[in-house]
Parts: sequence; structure tokens; C-alpha cells
Amino acid sequence: MDKTVNQKAWFLVLPVFLVVAFSAVLPLMTVVNYSMQDTFGNNQFFWNGVGWFKELLDPSTDLGGRFLASLGRNLFFSLVILAIEVPLGIVVALSMPREGWTVAACLVILALPLLIPWNVVGTIWQIFGRPDIGLLGYALNAIGFDYNYVSNDVDAWVTVIVMDVWHWTSLVALLCYAGLKSIPEAYYQAAQIDGASRWAVFKAIQLPKMNRVLLIAVLLRFMDSFMIYTEPFVVTGGGPGNSTTFVSIELVKIALGQFDLGKAAALSLVYNLIILIVCWIFYTVMTNAGAERAVKEGAA
Amino acid sequence: MARIDLVDLAHSYGGNDAAPESFALKPVTMTWRQGGAYALLGPSGCGKTTLLNVISGIITPSRGKILFDGVDITPLSTQKRNIAQVFQFPVIYDTMTVGQNLAFPLKNRGVPKAEIDKRVAEIGRLLDLEPYLHRKATRLTADAKQKISLGRGLVRSDVAAVLFDEPLTVIDPELKWQLRSKLKALHRELDLTMIYVTHDQTEALTFADTVVVMHDGRVVQSGTPAELFDKPAHTFVGYFIGSPGMNILPAEVRGREARIDGHVISLNRAYDNLPAGAKIEIGVRPEFVEAVAPAPGLLTAKIERIDDLGRIRFARTRLGDAKLAARAPSGFTSADGTAGLKLDPSHVHVYADSLLVEGAA
Repeated sequence: MDKTVNQKAWFLVLPVFLVVAFSAVLPLMTVVNYSMQDTFGNNQFFWNGVGWFKELLDPSTDLGGRFLASLGRNLFFSLVILAIEVPLGIVVALSMPREGWTVAACLVILALPLLIPWNVVGTIWQIFGRPDIGLLGYALNAIGFDYNYVSNDVDAWVTVIVMDVWHWTSLVALLCYAGLKSIPEAYYQAAQIDGASRWAVFKAIQLPKMNRVLLIAVLLRFMDSFMIYTEPFVVTGGGPGNSTTFVSIELVKIALGQFDLGKAAALSLVYNLIILIVCWIFYTVMTNAGAERAVKEGAA
Repeated sequence: MARIDLVDLAHSYGGNDAAPESFALKPVTMTWRQGGAYALLGPSGCGKTTLLNVISGIITPSRGKILFDGVDITPLSTQKRNIAQVFQFPVIYDTMTVGQNLAFPLKNRGVPKAEIDKRVAEIGRLLDLEPYLHRKATRLTADAKQKISLGRGLVRSDVAAVLFDEPLTVIDPELKWQLRSKLKALHRELDLTMIYVTHDQTEALTFADTVVVMHDGRVVQSGTPAELFDKPAHTFVGYFIGSPGMNILPAEVRGREARIDGHVISLNRAYDNLPAGAKIEIGVRPEFVEAVAPAPGLLTAKIERIDDLGRIRFARTRLGDAKLAARAPSGFTSADGTAGLKLDPSHVHVYADSLLVEGAA
């Protein structure tokens, strides 16, 4: 049978094509363009090839040193908050009620920190932690701790980490809670009959049933903490010194502070690439786990 | 290994102060013999799962006691009772192999490793799970998973009774048959008390030597399949067991006669002891009603249709407002859409307010 040849369909794709081009492809190409050049005032650009990228990866240069140091800080930050938020989230989810009006109350309370805008969270903690007028800072100093996040590296780190834990543990807890809710009652009853202890129930039933949502929780928290900007910027401004300067803060300093568009473009491309790779790894792990499950269920 | 006695047992999800009529399980006193194969039969929501969960300890009853060999175990937790239970959907510990799944109840009870290995191997052999012992349990079929759930119950040597809560719901029909035979074989081999909850009468009647029928939270009859068929103690049993179920017809009964729709049917026994004001009905199984050509002295019913079940035909008839199924002998045809009904008096039972009344000889 003859098919009608009709090219009109292209016109239907055109709007999407234009939107994507102007919103994603063109800006990205501009960044790629900048990353290959050096800029001086007055809109003068000079070709620099892959120079910036070389410098980025070389810790002996100023740019490379700053980038790698902030990258290290950022990875450390992400690992610390994951190590705290994931177990804490699981514990919170496990101790939540499973039925009754208290469920709704718990959910609302847990969701509250998630609803507060980032810069407001930063402001809250910035004031909360001040030794002169902040409840936390004042109280800590009153009971004898010499706490000051403006001048002490460790205090600044502790503040930023506690703030992130406060802001985001709820997310992990809510995801875990959803995972727990999906376990049929019969599993708990069977475990009771099998004489399982509380720990055995957790290990044999709850943890295996939660591992999918946990993977999602880890992915979300890793990406988010790896891209963190607003909260530490508001609280510490990256200080004292450079001690809480994460990659995104460094990027903004270079791009808008020094107006080194070439360096900033190269940095943002590498930054982007790292995020994409990590995402891809998680995605692969998750879909593999899903495929394995599908195979199992297909066989069942 | 134990005899299980239920003494005045009742349960309400609304607590002990709830209205008696709202109890999910109305007061029941009965005994489960050691080594018996019981089926707990009833429609959904009749309280059979509640009764099962009370025995296994998942639910603490609002009232009454449970005795194992005469010892009151009502306050004991599920872990401390020697009960195994198999649920409707197979419960498998995902991260473990089949062998580890079977070993789990023993490990939790601190049984020595050598003993565990011996028991797991034995149960694996008994349930034909030997080839899978080292495989991940999640990869198996639903019937194999259900066998693992069962194996986790059997692996304990001290288990007093195995409870089944509609265990074959998710199993393919042809495998259902195999698995049920396996259960019967296990029952013979291990001398265990087994209580099997189901809403499927075929399953109940083929599995059990005693069938306990529940209706609306009450145990309405407990007996062998033949007893349930021949002499239902409650109109519900008559209706629920058998296909088609028993014909239940409102009637006026006086002495040795029952009057239905103006016709008189003679009865084998005398019923002068009927309670006044009760709703009187007679029940007769379709197998004992014969559809013949209309004749004087016979009940005359309108035929609505004839169901041919292959080996036997049933005429579905209407008698006044009541519906009545009757056996249609081969060669029976109706000229004018009506049939005369011949009732076998020895199989006609009289019910007062749904309960069987024993007549005097």
C-alpha cells in the first residue's frame, strides 16, 4: 500500500525544537565557546584552546588549586550528610506511627522543613547560630562552648552540616516511610511466628524492601548536596577563609566576582560533567536492580 | 503436638465493650484434636481468619481462653506459641537463599548449627525443595515460595499445629491440586494438627476430615464432609455446601406434614416441638428432589431453565415466590414448562429460625 508522504509533521516539532534550542542548546554552546577563550574588559576575547581545562585539573595553578580544593570539600560534605541523613531518616521512618491521626501529624511536621525556601533556611540558621543574638549560639556559649561559626572552621562546618540535616532528613524519612508502608502485614506476622527479633525483622524484611527508595534517597541527597549553594552562602559566605567554599560558591566567585568568564565556563562544564556521570551511575544501578527484579518476577 | 481447646472465645476489633452483634468472632467453645486435618470454611468476612489469628496469637482475643493440651496459653505471644502459619500470599525473606529461609525460625530460637542443617535438609527433602536450597528464594515460582513458607513452619520440631490462611489463592489451578495432595501426604507423615482456612468448598472437603463451617462470626457446624452434606445444622451450611446448594423453602409444619404453597408433603419424623413464632423452613438438597411429569398430589413448579452439568442435569424451577432446583432424570422433558416435584422424605429437614430441628421418630 502506498503511504501518503507528508512532511507537514516537521512543523509540529518545530516549536519544541526552537524552545529547546533557545533554552538549552544555545546557552550551553555559549558556555562551551567561553570556556575556550580568555576575556578582558571591553568585550575583548582571546582564543585559549583547552588551556583552562588543563589548569583546572592541575592543582599547582591558582584555578586548579581552588577547584580541586572546593571539589574535595564538596565531596566530603556530601559524604558526611549522607552518612548522617540516611541512617537518621531510616530511624525516624521506623519510629513513626503506622496508623491513626498521629500519622498525619507526623507527616505534616516532617514536611515543614522541606517547604521552606533555601535562602530562608540559610537566614534562619545564620541568626539562630549567632553568638550574640542567636538562640543556639548564645545558649552554646552560655554553657561554656566557645562556639562561633564566623571565625572557627569547625564551627562553620558543624553549622552547615546540622543545617542540611535539619532541612533534608525529612525527605529521606518520608521516602523510607513510603517504602515501609508498602510491606504487607503478613510479612510481620510471619516474622513473629518465625520468632524473629526486632533486629532480624529489620534486616530480613524492612531493609530489603526499602533498598529501592533508599537508592533514590541517596541519589537525590547526593545531587542536591553536591550542588549546594544558597544555604552555606547565606550562613558562612564560604568562610571563614575558604573553609566552607563549595564548588558552586567558587564558581560564582570566579564568574561574577572576578568576571573570569573563560575560567568559570570551563569549571561549570567540568562540574556539570561530574554531576552527569554520577547521575548515570545511579541510573544504571537502579535500572539494573529494576531489570533483575523484573526477570525474577517474570520467572515467578 | 497438642490438642487445642477454645473456651468461650470471642473477639471484637472494637474492644470488649462493643455490642455483642458487632463481634467479628462470636463466643465459641470447641476442641481441635491432636493430629486432625481441619478445614475452616466460610464466605469472606465470616471471621475465619480472625479465629486463625487468635489461635496463632497475632490477635489477642477480647474474651475467653485458648488451651494447648490443657495449658492456658492465651497471654503468650506468637513467638512463644508452637504454632506455624502459612499466609495467603507467600512470605519470603528476599535476601536469603531457600535454605536460609528454612533455617530462619531455628536460627532465631538459637538452635545449634548442626541441628539446623539436619532439619533444613530433612524438610527440604520432604517438600521437594532440595535442588533449590542454595538458590535465592525470590527467583522461584509462587508455589515453590508457598512451600518455603510452609517449610519454615514445619522445620521446627516442636510445632503444635500448622495453620493455613487460604494458602492456595495465588497458585495456578493444576499446581493447586499437587500442593494440596502434598499437604495431605505431609499430614499423614508428620501427625500434625492442621487447620486450613478457605472459602472454597472443594478445597475444604478434599483436604479435611473435619470441616468447620463459619457464618457471620459463628461456628455453625463442625463435622465430616458427609455430615455437612446429609444433615446441615444450619440453612447456611445447606446453602453454602453443595452445588447447587440446598433448597430452602418457607413452609408450615405440623406433625408429620409440611405445607408448601398449598401442597402437603409428608415427612419422615414428627415435628410437634417447633418453637412458637419462629420462622419455619424446610430444606432439601436438589439431589433428593426429582422432576417428573406433573401429576395430582405432586408439587407443581414452573421450569425456568435446565442446567446440564454433564453427568447430571438440574431443573431450575419456581414455586410461588421460591426458587427450587431439582434433579432432572435423563429423558425428562416438559411438555408445558411445568414439572411435578417428588421429594425424598428421608432427606427433607426442618429448620426453625435457620437452625435444624430434630423431629421425633
